[in-house]
Amino acid sequence: MSWCRIQALVLRYTYLYTRSVPRVTEIFFWPLMDLLVWGYVTLYLQRIGGVSAPANVFMFLLGAMIFWDILYRAQQGVTLSFLEDVWARNLLNVFVAPVRIGEFVLATYIVGLFRITITVAMLAGLAYALYSFNIFSLGMSLLPFFANLLLMGWALGMVTTSLIMRWGQAAEALAWGVPFLIQPIAAVFYPLDVLPRWVQPIALCIPATHVFEGMRQVLRGEGVSAASLTAAFALNAIYLVAAALFFRYMFDVARRKGLLAKLGTQ
Amino acid sequence: MNDAIVQVEHLRKEFSGTVAVADVSFNVRKGEIVGLLGANGAGKTTTIQILLGLTTPTSGSVRVFGKDLERHRCEILQRCNFCSAYTALPSNLKVRENLRVSGGLYGVPDLFRKMDALLSLFEIAHLKNKVTGQLSSGESTRVNLCKALLNDPELLMLDEPTASLDPNIADKVRKLLRKIQREQGITMIYTSHNMRDVEEVCDRVLFLHKGLIIAEGTPQEVITQFNHKTLEEVFITVARSGDLLEETT
Repeated sequence: MSWCRIQALVLRYTYLYTRSVPRVTEIFFWPLMDLLVWGYVTLYLQRIGGVSAPANVFMFLLGAMIFWDILYRAQQGVTLSFLEDVWARNLLNVFVAPVRIGEFVLATYIVGLFRITITVAMLAGLAYALYSFNIFSLGMSLLPFFANLLLMGWALGMVTTSLIMRWGQAAEALAWGVPFLIQPIAAVFYPLDVLPRWVQPIALCIPATHVFEGMRQVLRGEGVSAASLTAAFALNAIYLVAAALFFRYMFDVARRKGLLAKLGTQ
Repeated sequence: MNDAIVQVEHLRKEFSGTVAVADVSFNVRKGEIVGLLGANGAGKTTTIQILLGLTTPTSGSVRVFGKDLERHRCEILQRCNFCSAYTALPSNLKVRENLRVSGGLYGVPDLFRKMDALLSLFEIAHLKNKVTGQLSSGESTRVNLCKALLNDPELLMLDEPTASLDPNIADKVRKLLRKIQREQGITMIYTSHNMRDVEEVCDRVLFLHKGLIIAEGTPQEVITQFNHKTLEEVFITVARSGDLLEETT
């Protein structure tokens, strides 16, 4: 691993983001829209629920929305960094340089982390200003939840990028679609027991399910579940290794089929 | 061959049953400029892609600097560079930013001095702070060439580097490449559809047709071999007749 090459790649993506108004806007725009929609939906639900509405419904939904954005942005950080090079016809310049796969992936992780930090800071500030919701009320338990969503986002990002590498720009839509494939069963906005009984074991195989269940537990004042966190970390470790192997395999397939060169010049 | 920088033996590449490179063997000596010629589909781009480690061969071996390319890919790429008319540097970055990133990828020491020297050499120092996407195609090509020379490559692969240049700039670039090659002893592999480029720049050419090398030698030797007056005539004849080799040899 060369820190110099990783730094160069991170610098390149940082330049890209700071030079492009649409890219900067994108970091703020969609999370802000999500926050406004979910915030007002929650206010409405509280109003029509009257006294029977649970007091912490606000925290559950807004907390879930902000947490979901961490996962989504982490995945996007990896996938969009790769796509940026494809769109700029710069992919060949990266892969004819002595860049190792691990360095490339690590750079996209770092870029993802930057994006998330900015987005979460903005969402947390606005949620507090608009709805008096303080995500930091989760205290130190926020960190392991954050870390798990980040890890899962990275794993999903690697899988998505691998698929784009294999099927080219036709598979671009996956960059935005893949996280939403798991959203309905990851118990993001509702508890696990709402899901049909046969779906629940599948949901428990997703690290995010344990994070969102754990988050609701903390918000209910029941403290951090060590079991949820352990399960999330263990599953993430498995998925990260599997995603890295899948990425490596697809990279080799792309080289064998000449797809890397094609993707870099089309 | 002791001074061979590139050694290619029985290279073959198939894509889903289609043969792109049938059986190609050649060596490139240190300091030589070798032109890969051929019509579209002859196999030259695939050969370059294999030499850059972007595509893996179906069979055969490629050794660069005496090392197996597949096993020492990153180590070899550190000593090479590439410039193509078909790739671009990110358009919304300034020229100096693009060069800074590229220099970082190769760990170039004293990068800013090197950048300035190359920009001056290609007469584009005034474009340093300009956004790459606002450059003319000729200026972009020269920035690409600066990028390709940043790491003082021992082996430089150039894929139609003058494709988008006007005759004046193309002539300057050819002369510069020759000068750089003479002064620094860089080995170059050069593809072009511009036969004038090839005659002027290349020490030796490899004529590819249907994935095979059908002629090899200095530009003049190849012209003589085919009883033509120019390399362009040879190119056209080869492109139009697959059986040319049998007619002429």
